[in-house]
Amino acid sequence: MASLKDLRNRIASVKATQKITKAMQMVAAAKLRRAQMAAEAARPYAQRMETVLSNIAKAVSGGPDAPVLLTGTGKDNVHLLLVLTAERGLCGAFNSSIVRLTRERAYALMAQGKTVKIFCVGRKGYEPLRRLFEKQIVELVELRSNKGVTFADAQAIADKIMAMFSAGEFDVATQFYSRFHSVISQVPTAQQIIPATFPEEQVAANDGAAAVYDYEPGEAEILTDLLPRNLAVQIFKALLENGASEQGARMSAMDNATRNAGDMIKKQTLVYNRTRQAQITKELIEIISGAEAL
Amino acid sequence: MATTFPFELVSPERLVFSGKVTEVIVPGTEGEFGVLAGHAPFVSTLKPGVLTIKGDGAPQKLFVRGGFAEANPQGLTVLAETATPLAEFRPEVLAQMIKDAEEDVEDARDEATRQKRQLYVESLKSAAAAIEADSRTAH
Repeated sequence: MASLKDLRNRIASVKATQKITKAMQMVAAAKLRRAQMAAEAARPYAQRMETVLSNIAKAVSGGPDAPVLLTGTGKDNVHLLLVLTAERGLCGAFNSSIVRLTRERAYALMAQGKTVKIFCVGRKGYEPLRRLFEKQIVELVELRSNKGVTFADAQAIADKIMAMFSAGEFDVATQFYSRFHSVISQVPTAQQIIPATFPEEQVAANDGAAAVYDYEPGEAEILTDLLPRNLAVQIFKALLENGASEQGARMSAMDNATRNAGDMIKKQTLVYNRTRQAQITKELIEIISGAEAL
Repeated sequence: MATTFPFELVSPERLVFSGKVTEVIVPGTEGEFGVLAGHAPFVSTLKPGVLTIKGDGAPQKLFVRGGFAEANPQGLTVLAETATPLAEFRPEVLAQMIKDAEEDVEDARDEATRQKRQLYVESLKSAAAAIEADSRTAH
């Protein structure tokens, strides 16, 4: 049986933890708002880019001078998995669900006899993946600034991927990130970025619109110029979605932790009070029985 | 009052400008072009340079780099990787960009990339000259 002092200490430590989780929850809530705003501000750019690209892509694809970024290398032997995760933990299943999706995909590809290479962004994805695929991890980028992701970060990642692609180091690239659905739900998502893909409905909606435009310079030139940019835009979009998801996940994880700590404090306080009363009763009995014996 | 049309200038990080304007001058890869209301549907890539927005009041000038312009019956949209108002623009940044680009020219392995990078350097330089001329007239 724990002594009263032990119980008091235990309650105090749970209270201290609760304060920390409460503070983290509030910080995450504030950051979430900012991350959500950043994700929304970036949306028009990504959307316009997609509309114009899918228009041009339709006009050009199938032609002999269609760029490799759109049509692919014609093989799919080597897959690059771009894994976007957070730099910090304590955010529920956020990191592990992205890692799980990546792991499943990697095993599925390897079962088909493909070569898998992994490009990690964020330490929390690198650490668990390193244990499984140590030799296959080709790059690790850490985004350790507190100011949130900038387009320059995405550009730097895209440049590295482009350099690897031009060197023929892989045929297909897929990025893994967590799409921000709501504060309580983030969906781990895989998106193929090389060769570029466009959402089906987008292509259908723009049917026939492509012919009307004048292009300067030619369509193929524009496409060669825009596709690498689109890569950076897609990565940037994923990074922002991830940022919002991370904060959302952390917020709900910390909310749960705060609530659990509250429950624990309640239970411990009950035990503490009972023990205290039992001790008082015991002392009284001792005094009374002592008096009776005289 | 000249007819106006909706214009949006978008960078990856935010919507830089959105509103009704009378004329926009865009630095296209194959030369600067002005867009007025009712422009034919048109897509062009951008070269680094100065974009001028003419609407109510004094024309606004911004340095833009990388991206494209799309004109359609609904208006004009410019997507630029960077868009900085000239007032906030620091010439050192551009000077550094020119220096980097020149180094790229020297690193180019084949003639075609060399020429492409050379063109990029020249467009950066002409943008620098345009910005300088602008700051002189402003003072």
